[in-house]
Amino acid sequence: MSRLITFDGVTKRYPDGTVALDDVSLECATGEITVFVGTSGGGKTTALRTINRMVEPTSGRVLIDGRSVLGSKPAELRRGVGYVIQQAGLFPHRTIVDNIATVPRLLGWDKKKARARSYELMERVGLDPAMGTRYPYQLSGGQQQRVGVARALAADPPIMLMDEPFSAVDPVVRAELQGEFLRLQSELHKTIVFVTHDIDEAIKLGDRIAVFQTGGRLVQVDTPEKLLAHPADEFVSGFVGRDRGIRRLSFVPAAELPLRSDVVLPETASVADARATGEPWVLAVDGTRRPLGWARAEDLPDSGALAGLRLTDPGRTFQVGADSVRTVLDAVILSPSGLAIGVDSGGGVVGVTGHRELADTITAT
Amino acid sequence: MSGGEPLIRWDWIGSHAGYLAGLAGRHLYLSLIPVVFGLIVSVPLGIACTRWRWVYPPVLTSANVLYSIPSLALFLLFIPYTGLFSDLTLIIPLTLYTLSVLVPNVVDGLRQVSAPVSQAATAMGFGRLRQLLQVELPIAVPVVIAGVRIATVSSISLVSVGQLIGNGGLGVLFTDGQQRIFPTEVIVGIALTVVLAFAADAVLVTVQRLLTPWARTGRAAA
Repeated sequence: MSRLITFDGVTKRYPDGTVALDDVSLECATGEITVFVGTSGGGKTTALRTINRMVEPTSGRVLIDGRSVLGSKPAELRRGVGYVIQQAGLFPHRTIVDNIATVPRLLGWDKKKARARSYELMERVGLDPAMGTRYPYQLSGGQQQRVGVARALAADPPIMLMDEPFSAVDPVVRAELQGEFLRLQSELHKTIVFVTHDIDEAIKLGDRIAVFQTGGRLVQVDTPEKLLAHPADEFVSGFVGRDRGIRRLSFVPAAELPLRSDVVLPETASVADARATGEPWVLAVDGTRRPLGWARAEDLPDSGALAGLRLTDPGRTFQVGADSVRTVLDAVILSPSGLAIGVDSGGGVVGVTGHRELADTITAT
Repeated sequence: MSGGEPLIRWDWIGSHAGYLAGLAGRHLYLSLIPVVFGLIVSVPLGIACTRWRWVYPPVLTSANVLYSIPSLALFLLFIPYTGLFSDLTLIIPLTLYTLSVLVPNVVDGLRQVSAPVSQAATAMGFGRLRQLLQVELPIAVPVVIAGVRIATVSSISLVSVGQLIGNGGLGVLFTDGQQRIFPTEVIVGIALTVVLAFAADAVLVTVQRLLTPWARTGRAAA
């Protein structure tokens, strides 16, 4: 049900001579999130809008599944392409339910069916259905943005265009919306084109990232990992930022790190056992191998078991199978022992890793 | 006015209740019809002024120039065309007066539609006419009604002047009261005009509340 979008030598030149898009060719793959990123004036929004004919190219073609978008009437084309805009752009005079039902109603669904669909979508995007009869001004920015996403999804379009949808909300809400957006996409597999000026957002969300430069030039299209590892030119490396080295670690799985378990002791172990490791810190775990806390060798009493001691909070752990080396690096820096605790999906400790293991792995990648 | 006559004679009001109610009804008719006609003219004109920006300045200037013509002069100007005793002689000038308030309010109302909202409407696949009828005009309603309130009250006050050409609703109480040196009539005329203005305004406020439950003015956000 998803669609492939092709840009074939697309140029947009305005009558005053400004070039918004300069011979852009690229493919937005079926079922993937392609992020258009770049400086303002880079043409990323213009490129997005050529897909639903809100902007007509001066030359070149935009194709959906090999067919030019110019072959469909604009209004009909647009009803088949979801669109989410910055600040949501909700209709202030319509209730939340009616806002979401907009496209189904335009497509001629009867009111009852359209409303039922609205309520279904409200739940899907994490909105309380009781909000259905409210008006947009009664909702927070984050809630409005969820309504915007629900409205775009209402008629189940195979393609979604998203123009900086999360940039008007605060960072905490943004992170939450991004996470839910990825979860939704993992269920829906839409072909999504997502515009942002925020490279971190692009890296987090994009399957592939297209970098636009002022003047509407497409400089590089790559996976986030490749973009960070091999920026095509000065502009891209400048745009992805100075700490792209650290960002790259997001794409190295934590599973690649060697883990040690010599400092992991059951709480029933004695103080003598802990001392016998010869390590400055040991980690006590309970019967199900959940981390209880760190004990420092220097502070150990003369006798007794680890269970009786006051332990230092284990702090942040990482999931061996799921997290990235970047998470581990963060955990190592914050850990009192300089060691990060790796757990399995059930929360049981698999082993720990520290500065030395990190350094070796980073050097090797 | 003579010293012997009291300022107000309540018995006269009581005995003329039917007459006064008739005058008030007629006054209301003469003042509301121009507002309705004004709205019928202003909405398309306002839409044109928003769509083609160059139309707005000449339209606004013309409406303001019309408004600056004294009402009596304008009534007299229309007599040769519409006749002395025709309601149209009153209704047409009063309609023209409403334009100087209604046209700018229709334009401002339509401009309330924010860029993200109109972009979203376009991107959802609204046609032009449907976007105008279902998105832009409904969003303009609160500002348009604000204009209608001003036009209505001003129209109610202007109708009395029509009495100078023999057709002015409650205005007859002023001319008659003055000629007969009978202050009760003048005071009742003023009171009824004010009551009409208040009542019409209250009705319009209610209409606006009912039409636009989504407008945040006057209500706290939940």
